[in-house]
Amino acid sequence: MTALDFTTHTIPLEGKSKISAKNVNLWYGEKQALHNINLEVGENQVTALIGPSGCGKSTFLRCLNRMNDTIPSCRIQGDISIDGDDIYAQSLDVVHLRARVGMVFQKPNPFPKSIFDNVAYGPRLHGLSESKDHLEHIVKSSLERAGLWKEVSDRLLSPGTGLSGGQQQRLCIARAIAVSPEVILMDEPCSALDPIATAKVEELIDELRENFTIAIVTHSMQQAARVSQRTAFFHLGVLVENGPTEGIFTSPIDKRTQDYVTGRFG
Amino acid sequence: MPTYILIATILVLSVIGYYMGRSTAVARNGGKSKGLHSLPGYYGYYMALWCALPALALAFLWLVFQNSIIEGMVLGGVDVQNPSLFMTDVKNYVENGIASGGVTDTLVAAADRYVSLKQYSAIMLSIGAIALAVVGLAYSQTRVGPTLRSRPKVEKALMIALMAASTIAILTTVGIILSLLFESALFFEKVPLTEFLFGIQWSPQTAMRADQVGSSGTFGAVPLFAGTLLITAIAMAVAAPIGLMSAIYMSEYADRRVRSVLKPLLEVLAGIPTVVYGFFAALTVAPFVRTLGQSVGLDVASESALAAGVVMGIMIVPFVSSLSDDVMTAVPQAMRDGSYGLGATKSETIKRVILPAALPGIVGAVMLAISRAIGETMIVVMAAGLSANLTANPFEAVTTVTVQIATLLVGDQEFDSPKTLATFALGLVLFVVTLILNIIALRIVRKYREQYE
Amino acid sequence: MTDIAGKYTVEPFSASTEKREKFNRLLKKRYASEARFKMWGIAAVSVAVVFLVLLLGSIILQGSSAFVTTKVELEVSLDREIIDPQGTNDPMVIASADYNKILRNAMQSLFPEVESRRERRDMMDLISSGAAFELAAHVRDNPELIGQTIKFDVLTDDLVDMLRKGYIERNVPEEDRKLNDFQIGIFDKLVASGALYGTFNTELLTTGDSREPENAGLWGAVVGSFFTLVVTLGIAFPLGVMAAIYLEEFAPKNRITDMIEVNINNLAAVPSIVFGLLGLAVFLNFFGMPRSAPLVGGLVLALQALPIIIIASRAAIKAVPPSIREAALGMGASPLQTVLHHTLPLSMPGMLTGAILGMAHALGETAPLLMIGMVAFIVDVPGGFTSPATVLPVQIYLWADSPERAFVEKTSAAIMVLLVFLVFMNAIAIYLRKKFERKW
Repeated sequence: MTALDFTTHTIPLEGKSKISAKNVNLWYGEKQALHNINLEVGENQVTALIGPSGCGKSTFLRCLNRMNDTIPSCRIQGDISIDGDDIYAQSLDVVHLRARVGMVFQKPNPFPKSIFDNVAYGPRLHGLSESKDHLEHIVKSSLERAGLWKEVSDRLLSPGTGLSGGQQQRLCIARAIAVSPEVILMDEPCSALDPIATAKVEELIDELRENFTIAIVTHSMQQAARVSQRTAFFHLGVLVENGPTEGIFTSPIDKRTQDYVTGRFG
Repeated sequence: MPTYILIATILVLSVIGYYMGRSTAVARNGGKSKGLHSLPGYYGYYMALWCALPALALAFLWLVFQNSIIEGMVLGGVDVQNPSLFMTDVKNYVENGIASGGVTDTLVAAADRYVSLKQYSAIMLSIGAIALAVVGLAYSQTRVGPTLRSRPKVEKALMIALMAASTIAILTTVGIILSLLFESALFFEKVPLTEFLFGIQWSPQTAMRADQVGSSGTFGAVPLFAGTLLITAIAMAVAAPIGLMSAIYMSEYADRRVRSVLKPLLEVLAGIPTVVYGFFAALTVAPFVRTLGQSVGLDVASESALAAGVVMGIMIVPFVSSLSDDVMTAVPQAMRDGSYGLGATKSETIKRVILPAALPGIVGAVMLAISRAIGETMIVVMAAGLSANLTANPFEAVTTVTVQIATLLVGDQEFDSPKTLATFALGLVLFVVTLILNIIALRIVRKYREQYE
Repeated sequence: MTDIAGKYTVEPFSASTEKREKFNRLLKKRYASEARFKMWGIAAVSVAVVFLVLLLGSIILQGSSAFVTTKVELEVSLDREIIDPQGTNDPMVIASADYNKILRNAMQSLFPEVESRRERRDMMDLISSGAAFELAAHVRDNPELIGQTIKFDVLTDDLVDMLRKGYIERNVPEEDRKLNDFQIGIFDKLVASGALYGTFNTELLTTGDSREPENAGLWGAVVGSFFTLVVTLGIAFPLGVMAAIYLEEFAPKNRITDMIEVNINNLAAVPSIVFGLLGLAVFLNFFGMPRSAPLVGGLVLALQALPIIIIASRAAIKAVPPSIREAALGMGASPLQTVLHHTLPLSMPGMLTGAILGMAHALGETAPLLMIGMVAFIVDVPGGFTSPATVLPVQIYLWADSPERAFVEKTSAAIMVLLVFLVFMNAIAIYLRKKFERKW
């Protein structure tokens, strides 16, 4: 393999930027996993991060709400800001950040609690409800927005782990939006789901765009094309190209992007 | 011939058998090893096994049963009131020339008979065992030949041995149950079960005179159960929170460097023999608790339940902490991520997600710890005392089931008094209670593990 | 989504100042509770560590002085008239002479001013009652000394030792003190003349038990522990390994092996004292084996250690990758040959580590041995597997129960010796584990 090509092709974002990453480098121990990433995530848009496995897209996503903090060997350099607030600043509180930036994980991970308690977890933590009534309202509206209310309204007190895979993932999305975050990060949210459940979640993502800024890591280019407005292509820890989704899939600038979207590798 | 020389002889014979087997097999195959069914060594093992196994089995059975047979023969010839006491006297007389009941003619005659029977038995055993070894050699040599499938036969013998070894665990359990049941049954012939289980008076010190057997001590075990419960409760009140919090701190908070120091320290705590804890409890902690109590105007017994319970609790801390550590690390990382991703702090994640998820496993761990506290002996023997008080006051002295088992049996040779038999009844209760706790706990823990595998 | 626009707004909390402030107020509390929780964790660990330090510290503090004992140097005139008036030179005659008288004479010559019977007796009480036997043995071995005057170092009584170490308070009223003023006076004179001195306590490590603290030693218990552990290891290790091999490699999955498995796990958690009852009922009463013997103690501990060794050995066998088995089977080895030639040697270090840890556990075990009579007072160093013996932890228990002040430091010293053995065994286990650690 020849030396890494560090060039990034960016078609500038139209509209308001919510998250902006500048010159982000990241190491796991000795190994550098991200090289000089510059990326803008637009407000009330879905931004898809695509690329072959191990390209750093999930790692980058986890930087956005500092989930990498839980890995002791991880070291990060550069600036990431949300609405202009530097999220790696000393003064910024990580709990506050994560309340603003929610996350949905690759495998549905409901807590071993009831459906209600799962959704109420975040609001309870952060004291977002004023009363029992309010909490019930938050739970209900979150489940409704996650499109799960009809399926579970009669068994809110049964364990969340008893739902099907697709329902579990939508429960996790409901759990994330119950906190009313500004941004939702999704790390391959459909990789463990069957096609029907995937379609439901994709539909949901599209609806959520109205109120939230969404960054989604996905393996599937079709999914990226279906749900996102902008796409960023990562390869070997380098952000190769980012721009409007259509452009990436129809007229990629970089050869690597072209090879990937046409299925030469990945 | 002493036993070990006999065994050595048999082993030497079987080594000879090994070489005989090898050479015979090769010789009967026309002097070459090619064409034999198995490698020559297996013919050697074949003969060695035929030589040693029957002879050793005979020796083992003989040694196991010779004592009771000889004693039966000695006692069959005399007419005495207390056969077991008489037998002890005979053995004492033979070994040391003294006897508790005085040296009588009957005793001397019985002793002579005992000695001669023993010698006779030893000679018979030597002749029989060596003869059997030689016969085994001779028989197996006739069978050695190129067509003998010696490897499967040797392997089959080995396999049977392996299987037998794995049944020892069951045999031990059966042995425990049978011996406890058998001796307890004798006890309950003398003391009614209801008195034992529900009586609140425990004073087993049997009257000294022989005509007082009927009016021997009272055996109401409730004070012992209560004392055991009290000390176990104190121990768990110490061990459960400290053990759990240590596990949480070490698995969730401490960085690798701190953990690499703390973990071995806790392991040291687990490796210290219980007798050392007992000594520390009796000599340092109990007086300290007493002084402390007196300084605030409390009347504390010098062997208080509190001192024994606290020390026992500390002893169990590493047990609780390593089990709950295992249980908590089994909670998948995805759960933690989910919680952190919603903006929970570490302690919130632990309290609201990890602990509830790990709860069954922790309950199992605590139950195992309770079973351990109930069965712990040395700390309470040395620090808790003997007085069977029925009290819930941790500053008073109480006694436990294990203390009574240990103290009633120590130094007591007589085996059919209710006092000694009572220990087996107590042992039975102890065994049953801990067994139930263990089975339930192990089942919970296993179910819990399967949930996350 | 009709009812979202109800009385509650669903904007992000960070959008309104009021909500943000509420969030931050709560956040402060949450961090305080976080810090408290962490503090509890540190407190819990600290309690355990402080206890460990106190335990070990108090034992070392109390026990280290036991490694020094007090002796007094006497000028002993070995009068032929007293020892061997007939001049037989028969060792029996020499050994059975009245050496107490010789010692008495020696003390008398140091303090000619002591005349009353009572004071003489008090004076002689300062010397160990075992001193005469020591002198007897010395003269028996060196008969050429008879008739000479030699310098002989005798052990003092344990009370003198305690006085020298400061454990007996001088300013207590005389009647509450174990040594009276006269005896303390003699002691001070002996110290002043340099005859009385402290020296390394070889007795402690080389002799058997004794009722006299100054003569009591650990060697009998050490040897007893050794014999017991030899039996335990000799039985539990082969049986445990064999059982592990069968269960891990050959056992069919059925009800019986399931039962064996449950059984092994339960046995590991049965209280040790129950094993003692088993030993008493089965080995002593049913099979008529000798009481107090290392053989029986070893058998009982072997049954107790068996589940531990089986569990460790199975883990070691499991760690051998299946590819090695498949390779051997593919070469035409029988399943048993595969195990004996490959699996067993590869898992041996793990099994040995487990066995050593099991032995360390057995070495510290006390309760079951009390049941089978290993708690008897035994002076002689045991000579074999069936001679009466005691073991280190039981010796500790016995000494801890003795009322004499001198036994407190002896007990602590015995614990130190036991802990040294345990540390040593664990160090071997750790070394083995490190050395043979294999990454497949």
